[in-house]
Amino acid sequence: MASVLRMPDSRAAVQRARVIPGTPVFDGAAASRGYAINAMCFSFNSAENRAAFLADEDGYCAKYHLTPEQRSAVASRSVLAMLDAGGNAYYLAKLAGIFGLNMQDIGAQQTGCTVEEFKARLAAHAEEE
Amino acid sequence: MAEIVGGLFTSHVPAIGGAIAKGLESDPYWSPFFDGFGPVHEWLERARPDVAVIFYNDHGLNFFLDKMPTFAIGAAPEYRNADEGWGLPVQGALRGHTALSWHLIESLVADEFDITTCQEMLVDHALVVPIQLAWPATTDYPVRIVPIAINTVQHPLPSPRRCLALGRAVGEALRRWPGDERVAIFGTGGLSHQLEGKRAGHINKEYDRFCMDSLAADPEALIRHSALDIVELAGSQGVEILNWIAARGALGEAAVERSRNYHIPISNTAAATMLLEPREAVPA
Repeated sequence: MASVLRMPDSRAAVQRARVIPGTPVFDGAAASRGYAINAMCFSFNSAENRAAFLADEDGYCAKYHLTPEQRSAVASRSVLAMLDAGGNAYYLAKLAGIFGLNMQDIGAQQTGCTVEEFKARLAAHAEEE
Repeated sequence: MAEIVGGLFTSHVPAIGGAIAKGLESDPYWSPFFDGFGPVHEWLERARPDVAVIFYNDHGLNFFLDKMPTFAIGAAPEYRNADEGWGLPVQGALRGHTALSWHLIESLVADEFDITTCQEMLVDHALVVPIQLAWPATTDYPVRIVPIAINTVQHPLPSPRRCLALGRAVGEALRRWPGDERVAIFGTGGLSHQLEGKRAGHINKEYDRFCMDSLAADPEALIRHSALDIVELAGSQGVEILNWIAARGALGEAAVERSRNYHIPISNTAAATMLLEPREAVPA
């Protein structure tokens, strides 16, 4: 147990970006890179804006000045691509909602399995010691 | 003198709000989570708090990335919920306690916490769902609230050590408040979960158990990890344990665990509910 909980010295980690496998850390660089796509997603708190996006996706993305990488990530519906383009999970969830995707749908897409497999993996954790 | 009657620690997954809206509390998927609130409801009947100080994190309802406070405290007469974009029914406004908010603000700044103050503040599922869970039979909640939002969204996050210190300062300020309010402390979010990346679906039962075992008796154990250590251990959103750590600080030096429930999974989350009482509130 102790070995799992032992961590590298945290002050040393401040000196360089911490790499956590499979886990994008939403830091200043990501927040800068992702500002436009996250701003667009923030606007989806409004039902009117969600409808406007669905009515004219291209126009809506242009209004928020998405970068070409962000625009293509949104067009592809790939969450991993949106994350690479600086998207933040909490904001992207609002976009996923427009597409009718829940957190298990998104989890399956990112981990390359079916939704049923993803749910089974979650449930399997309950059996761990 | 205000009395801190206890602390409620609970997951705040949006889907829980959806389940409440659909009346699914007894559904086999949901009941292992909702059933954990039996002892909490009995305790609330006895303890009768009339104020709730709630440590939580905003998920892009009130705060956008244009301005992202590390610690933000509400000082509003009421707090509205609003559309978060994923279909949760919007809940009614919650009553604030402005005089107590300003007392906490004065006290925290005197203690050199450089907080942000909010006279208007929308509150999202992370605050509203725990209130619904605590008082399921009504929407006329018996508490006025003081929301304290901790940034768990954009790194760098405040350190676990700083969150514990913030909570301790809040607790000391509450105990200095001359009113006779009965205060419940809420810490919301967690436990381990991760929504994004190739590690989406990450859950760490061992770390969660360590957190639950340490919360009452040894909160200092929780601050030996940095915020990024916790991201690695508990997942990107598992770092919401920062809200629990702050809430634990507010309970004071000694606390006793009164109930615990842990269930995997609720949505993508290892869901947990714990009830603690400060030791001085326990009858001899």
